[in-house]
Amino acid sequence: MEPPPAAAPPAPPSANVFRRNAVAIGFLAPAAILLGVWIVYPTVFTIVRSFFGPQGFGDFKGIDNYKAIFTTHLLLTAIKNSAIWIAVAPAVVTAIGLIFAVLTERIRWAVAFKTVVFMPMAISLFATGVIWHVMYIKDPGQGAVNAGIGAVKSWFTSAGVLQDGAPSTPTITGSVAKGFVLQKPLAAGGVAELGLTGIPPDAVPAAAKQAVVPQTKPGAIEGVVWRDFSPGGGKAGKVENQELGLPGVSLALYDSSGKKVQSAKSNDDGTFAFDGVSGSGYKVGVASSTFAAPYGGVSWLGSKLITPAIIIAYIWVWAGFAMVVIGAGLAAISRDVLEAARTDGASEWQVFRRVTVPLLAPVLSVVFITMLINVLKVFDVVISIAPGSTQSDAAVIAVQMWRQSFGGVNNFGLGSAIAVFLFVLVVPVLMLNIRRFRREV
Amino acid sequence: MAAYEAEAPIVVRDPADAPAARIGRFAAKLPLQILLLFIGVLWLMPALGLFLTSLLSPENFNANGWWKVLAHPHLATWANYSNVWNNTDIPHALVLTAEIAIGGTALPIVIAASAGYAFAWIDFPGRDWLFVLVIALLVVPLQMALIPIFTLYNHLSLFDTVFGLILFHTAFGLPFAIFLLRNFFIGIPKDILESARIDGASEIRIFLRLILPLGLPAIASLAIFQFLWTWNDLLVALVMARNTQPITVSIFSQLRQFGSNIDIIAPASFMSLIIPLCVFFAFQRYFVQGLLAGSVK
Repeated sequence: MEPPPAAAPPAPPSANVFRRNAVAIGFLAPAAILLGVWIVYPTVFTIVRSFFGPQGFGDFKGIDNYKAIFTTHLLLTAIKNSAIWIAVAPAVVTAIGLIFAVLTERIRWAVAFKTVVFMPMAISLFATGVIWHVMYIKDPGQGAVNAGIGAVKSWFTSAGVLQDGAPSTPTITGSVAKGFVLQKPLAAGGVAELGLTGIPPDAVPAAAKQAVVPQTKPGAIEGVVWRDFSPGGGKAGKVENQELGLPGVSLALYDSSGKKVQSAKSNDDGTFAFDGVSGSGYKVGVASSTFAAPYGGVSWLGSKLITPAIIIAYIWVWAGFAMVVIGAGLAAISRDVLEAARTDGASEWQVFRRVTVPLLAPVLSVVFITMLINVLKVFDVVISIAPGSTQSDAAVIAVQMWRQSFGGVNNFGLGSAIAVFLFVLVVPVLMLNIRRFRREV
Repeated sequence: MAAYEAEAPIVVRDPADAPAARIGRFAAKLPLQILLLFIGVLWLMPALGLFLTSLLSPENFNANGWWKVLAHPHLATWANYSNVWNNTDIPHALVLTAEIAIGGTALPIVIAASAGYAFAWIDFPGRDWLFVLVIALLVVPLQMALIPIFTLYNHLSLFDTVFGLILFHTAFGLPFAIFLLRNFFIGIPKDILESARIDGASEIRIFLRLILPLGLPAIASLAIFQFLWTWNDLLVALVMARNTQPITVSIFSQLRQFGSNIDIIAPASFMSLIIPLCVFFAFQRYFVQGLLAGSVK
């Protein structure tokens, strides 16, 4: 007996509204319960808990926990580290993202490049920590970062052939750090005999041969540098049987004023020669570069560099995010605007600086703010790169929140206060988000 | 218009496309190409380093840099992997991680989709205020919930359970999920919904038959995000579980002996990241879309 729709009296609005509200509640209830129990209630609980001590709610402490945040050495270190993170990471990530986004616009294989740079986004920050822990190993033979630095360094300076050594006779003076000089003045045609001791047998270069004293030669100063020690002891200052020449030693010729005029390298039998010499008053010495220590690697995971090292790993992950978001913003900029600027004679740099960046400003600020929030909560990458003794040096606020609450001390009062501190830092962003939404509606 | 643009180069030969001009442009771009190639290699290197390290026996690891494997492939061995697979609890941890990640992805999507629909298309009092609350919750740090939920879980016997971890991830995934889906649903043309309502379809029916299928792209983006987020979590599992260890926690417990355990840590870490990496490569498009919707919007 349903009446035809047209003739139906309109349902009382109250019933209709009631029904609609009931449906809305049905759709919203699961989310409301989860958000209420897992986020809203804990937020209130944590704020209240932060005013009580480790024993629980019987142990009212007022603002002592907050005072502790700013007076405890460990926590101050964490705040200082977080400040470094906040000052460096968001800005660098945004800048790198912008540079990559602009540069990839000009190449044909942009998709491949973007995929590679974006890929770390899928890798957990924890695994990122493991990855960079391997990269940062101090020994340049194992850690790729130090191997790279060592390779670049070796273009400019190379490690010496010897680690250590001492003069065998008092006629030679100096030190490993400054080099040695034979004090006997020489004239053209002279021969210098530079005996060194204090060199362990396994430190002698493998190519070494029996040392030989060269024949005198007019117009040249010649000489020999050798390991002045034979199994029986031998006589100091004299080249004897079974005494090996030292190959690859850097030698220097100084004139009477002490100025270096020539340099040479010794042969396998320890001999060397400075040709084209005339006059007298020369001195010959072993250059200190002979004893230059090989590159030992930077201690990235030591207490000094640990925070910059972790920030680099973090940038490796997030640069792709910034690049993709900024790239999308870039694609939305009208080509005509850029072309117009170019036609007007603007250089590429001027176009970038005066047109592209201002037009991208909203996108850049979104990326920057997103990174700011992420950086405040950074945790995994810190404890996985610095799991051991340097963790206190590397710790940020979120790490100390975990350590104080669950790391053995289990001071829930202090832990809550640190969490609230973290929360207060994101409140401005929270307000910003709400303002933006209310403007949209 | 688009078709016209596509045809133009065939009809009119642009003088700028002459071979000489093309070579000139290529040469001009060469420094840039080399720079970007260098950066690309630099960016690949750390992950490659972990993979090659995972192939070195402990003796070879101590004697060589991982890059030596590139020149001497015979140094590589799968022995570490078979050892990790057969002799450690890593496979079990992987199964647990998968359970947590799948549960922690499916549940928030279902819940957020229904809430997102209500926020987008049902007119109820206080709707905007509630949505502002959701936006506010978007940035609440996880750390605010650790202590109360840890206490609560101990009372409810949810501590150290897969279900407890799933619920935590669900709750903290919800604000972003609701935000993303609501914004997507609101873009669905009004006519489609209105006509369905006039036809007498119930809200549930509209939701299941209309909104969900139309919202699939957004749901796909969200699913990838949530999956990566739960799979990669360390902190929540570290606090809310003791024996129910997902892969990250399982490896974390080995980290203190980094040097001596590298033959376990490296392959286990690589195993932990290969699945999210596959998901990422398979659904990269949705991932990027979600990223843009979530941040630019």
